[in-house]
Amino acid sequence: MENLDNQKRRLFLQKIMQGVGYGAFGIIAWSSYLSQSQAKSIFLRPPGALSEKKFVSTCIRSGMCVQACPYDALKLSTISDNISIGTPYFIPREEACHLCPDIPCANACPTQALDLQSFIADNKSSINNARMGLATINTATCLAYLGLQCTMCIRACPLADTAIVLHNERNPRTDMHAFLKPVVVPDYCTGCGMCERACPTKVASIRVLPLSISSGDIGEHYIVGWRDEDEGRLDNVSTDVTLERTKRNEKSALDNVNDTDGILKGLYDE
Amino acid sequence: MSNFLYRHRYYISRRLLQITILTLYFGANAYGWKIAVGDLSSSLIFNFIPLSDPFATLQMFFAGAIIATDVLIGVGIILFIYGVIGGRFFCSWVCPVNIITETALWLRRVLNLQEKENAIAFSKNIRYWVIIVSLGLSFIFSLTAFDMISPIGIAHRGIIFGFGFGWFFLLAIFLFDLFSQRYGWCGHICPLGGFNAIIGKYSLVKVVHDKERCLYSMECFKVCPEIQVLDMVGKKSKAITGAECIKCGHCIEVCPNDAFKVSIVSLAEQIKG
Repeated sequence: MENLDNQKRRLFLQKIMQGVGYGAFGIIAWSSYLSQSQAKSIFLRPPGALSEKKFVSTCIRSGMCVQACPYDALKLSTISDNISIGTPYFIPREEACHLCPDIPCANACPTQALDLQSFIADNKSSINNARMGLATINTATCLAYLGLQCTMCIRACPLADTAIVLHNERNPRTDMHAFLKPVVVPDYCTGCGMCERACPTKVASIRVLPLSISSGDIGEHYIVGWRDEDEGRLDNVSTDVTLERTKRNEKSALDNVNDTDGILKGLYDE
Repeated sequence: MSNFLYRHRYYISRRLLQITILTLYFGANAYGWKIAVGDLSSSLIFNFIPLSDPFATLQMFFAGAIIATDVLIGVGIILFIYGVIGGRFFCSWVCPVNIITETALWLRRVLNLQEKENAIAFSKNIRYWVIIVSLGLSFIFSLTAFDMISPIGIAHRGIIFGFGFGWFFLLAIFLFDLFSQRYGWCGHICPLGGFNAIIGKYSLVKVVHDKERCLYSMECFKVCPEIQVLDMVGKKSKAITGAECIKCGHCIEVCPNDAFKVSIVSLAEQIKG
């Protein structure tokens, strides 16, 4: 009888260890898939999408935005896309965002992962406040930068002459033509991708990249002196940068360089 | 022929309902129908009634997302429906993966691929552990962990929006169910099924067994995907109160003497046993 109990106990422990083994294996595989899917994606999200981390946790994967999109620009990712599965994205080269004024995709979203509040600026809601990405130009392949006349991107841009402007410059090669160079204005670019879709080069020379990749940040440590609000930051800053005087720095740096009687004396006199 | 239809009345109605629901969702995406917009995670019926998956929403909560009012209302409606007719009603009457796993279950029976002595036996309680792990991983990774790998999501989104390589995942489940574990995915691992079982534990609609009519043919045990809920068969006349009953009606169809029927069973009666 005692022997039987012992056997049962062994079997019980064995079962537990088996469970732990399978469980650990499953959880590791699952976790690695989850963490891999958190890698930065270079897909563009629909207008009004929260920051990628918040978006992935808030999106319930209902696909209602995809169904609401009248231009079929939006797609839902499948398991083979390197992107959080079942979430919406669009590829501008296939179909760009048409910036519908009534924003059907964000209105369809049940969870506010596409946030209607994000379109509001100065108490007015407008699709032009969407920031899906930022158009960036490869000046080595852009036809206009080569000196050809193109203007396809600015013609396609819903905010032409605002989000994309043309800079006219003299073409020194021919000395009689002008470059009509498109330049993106980040303050106004919505990232809709119309320019990328219209670009006639084999691979688009103007491409929309997600803000997490393309946007820059000047940081706190630079002050743009001609902007009043920036200059104002200097008002309460102490400008006293005097160092504590020691024997090594009692002379100015310039004096040290010219000091042929000091450190360098022994070197050149011989 | 009519006898065949009668013998498969639940099976046929279930498949019809599954296909109708998926067709409505598909039509919403492809042709702009407004009857059921969205998918099984969250949808809008007749442009008015929101529905949302309670398990996905709970994971969102653990992932730290702010949950919108529409979603909460949708969850409330679903909880009410599951509370009345049983949570695992979803599994056998709506879920598209059910078509795959029940086909595997049927093939397993027809091809006589029985359980082997030395096979690894999965516990029927794994699904409840998977619920806990899902919520834990949702919290750690700030995303809805189960929905990231859910074959249910892959199946219904695949049908509505396109598969990608998702079908490979479904094939894997089919083979797992056919060769490794009897009703392996739905009956052992799927946390959504487990979650729905918990919600619908005391639902009013139950299958009721009548001991007086039982002929001990054991036909119900051969077909039932969740055999553990049939513990009273031939012993006691009572409702099948096991939460894991998926209400597929298979036992009703195969019983030679109609010892099972669907009935409304009050809460007091269920607790009394």
